[in-house]
Amino acid sequence: MTDSPATRAAQATPVGVARKIKGLSDRAIAWIFVGPTIFLLLAINIFPLIWTINLSFTDFRANRLNREVEYIGLRNYERILTDSDIWLNMQATAHFLFWTIFFQVLIGFALAYLINKKFKGNDLWTTIIVLPMMLSPAVVGNFWKFLYQPQIGLFNYVVSFITGKDPSSFEMLGSVQLAPWSIVIVDTWMWTPFVMLICLAGLRSIPDYIYEAAEVDRASKLRQFFTITIPMVLPFLMLAVLFRGIENFKMFDLVVQLTGGGPGSTTELTSINLKREAFEKWRTGYASAYAIILFVTVFGLASIYVKALNKVKER
Amino acid sequence: MSSFSVTEPSKRSKWFAGTLVILYALITMVPLAWIMLTGFKSPADAISYPPKVLFEPTLEGYVNLFTTRTRQTDEFLAANPPQTWYDRIVREYDMVIAGPSKFGERFLNSVIIGFGSTFLSIFLGTLAAYAFSRFKIPLADDLLFFILSTRMMPPIAVAIPIFLMYRQLGLSDTHLGMILLYTGVNISLAVWLLKGFIDEIPLEYEEAALIDGYTRFQAFYKVVLPQAATGIASTAIFCLIFAWNEYAFAVLLTSGTAQTAPPFIPTIIGVGGLDWPAVAAGATIFLLPVMIFTILLRKHLLRGITFGAVRK
Repeated sequence: MTDSPATRAAQATPVGVARKIKGLSDRAIAWIFVGPTIFLLLAINIFPLIWTINLSFTDFRANRLNREVEYIGLRNYERILTDSDIWLNMQATAHFLFWTIFFQVLIGFALAYLINKKFKGNDLWTTIIVLPMMLSPAVVGNFWKFLYQPQIGLFNYVVSFITGKDPSSFEMLGSVQLAPWSIVIVDTWMWTPFVMLICLAGLRSIPDYIYEAAEVDRASKLRQFFTITIPMVLPFLMLAVLFRGIENFKMFDLVVQLTGGGPGSTTELTSINLKREAFEKWRTGYASAYAIILFVTVFGLASIYVKALNKVKER
Repeated sequence: MSSFSVTEPSKRSKWFAGTLVILYALITMVPLAWIMLTGFKSPADAISYPPKVLFEPTLEGYVNLFTTRTRQTDEFLAANPPQTWYDRIVREYDMVIAGPSKFGERFLNSVIIGFGSTFLSIFLGTLAAYAFSRFKIPLADDLLFFILSTRMMPPIAVAIPIFLMYRQLGLSDTHLGMILLYTGVNISLAVWLLKGFIDEIPLEYEEAALIDGYTRFQAFYKVVLPQAATGIASTAIFCLIFAWNEYAFAVLLTSGTAQTAPPFIPTIIGVGGLDWPAVAAGATIFLLPVMIFTILLRKHLLRGITFGAVRK
């Protein structure tokens, strides 16, 4: 196929045929079909974005409607970028992002590689592994909180069973050192299957004849792995990293239920901090500026990343 | 399958791979199994140390989940013997059932909002995807990509203006408001996925129908829709799962009449702190449909995830 159906559509209904078609013209139908969607997208996605940009230049507070709203220019932005607490939140987010992606790629790829050995019943076990990512993150966070309870929680029991430590001697959610890891563990448990599925799609896209040719050339299995498998799965893997990166950058529900950002603010990811500013302190203007900064950051990072991804694909 | 295929893994490596994967699957299921077990424990068993795997099952957690209870005096209890099995369960704690809890309502809200927004997303999304696929729409690709990229915003960032907008329009804490919101969030992905499915349907079928005298509408719903059915179904599953699981908007924009289950379940509180069996029972009832769904529809679902991701 050289041309996509979309481009063919333009020539698909020649003038002669189009004349004979009863009913509305194609143009009218196109607008009727697309109109409601465009309207909804403008109302729910675009308009709020513009409103947020506008609010970010004000000192508006959503809980005090009668107060006069003043435009204060870039003051909100200035305050956010010079606030050292926000850099701490960014660090917490970076820690969370780095380690969740690290473990998910490692375990996800390994699992995909093993599943691709096509042992009997592999699709059923794949489905079972996928289950956690289908569940509600808030509910998952809530019940992991139960598993993490010192004394009574299953997690502490298992760890103490393996290591021989006293199960009440450590608090996954209550200690400054362990809390950042507790959220990494749950997120890895939940989202490794996603990376696995994408890697599996990558592995399955490699045609057999490449390996057959390598076999004829007497390339060792190890060499085949590094010169065929890895490079061919890499674009898929990078895509999975992109999705996980974007998702975890805006992570809210899971972590808010698990730790609520605590203890102190060790697990206060940017999203949680943003919620605090917007809906607890009611600094709406300030929070709007914060939201825009986050959006620009993700968008910028993602664009750079996509460029790199396209380069890898071209190779 | 030829026995000489060089790409077919050896028996030993299959066995090895199978064992490791199954081991991982079993470990990953432990937290889920544990929460389901906890739903059938008494509060004392739920917090016992060491954790109990064997225990006497009780429906206490489920009774507590669906009811509100009050403590009564001994005289009252003696004068009114328990009528039903669930009465008897709460009597052990000198309590009587005062009425239904809010869980039923919240669960129903989840169903209404989940299905409502899925229906609307699919209805509007299919129409739009068809138009994007078959007609020339200026800037279509850029538009789609930009809209999709607004999903990169943290939900809280979107929630600020939505919160203000809904307050003005009187849509706060209403089913309609949440249905529209979830549709707005879902529809970009829905259109994107559906366009992919519709692109794959050969144009010739429709052309033949048009020449046979069908109108565009007829060609759309008699020729295109049936062929896109599988794609529509798997897109619908994604929309439904998103709406079902969503928490951030729900917790900020609903508090009463339209509150869904995810923000409600963590607030289930029993006597003396969290009533873990009741929370576990709520989680089980809420998560089980999705799990069953996933297992039953695994073929569509797993393909859909990779298809949607790889296409972007």
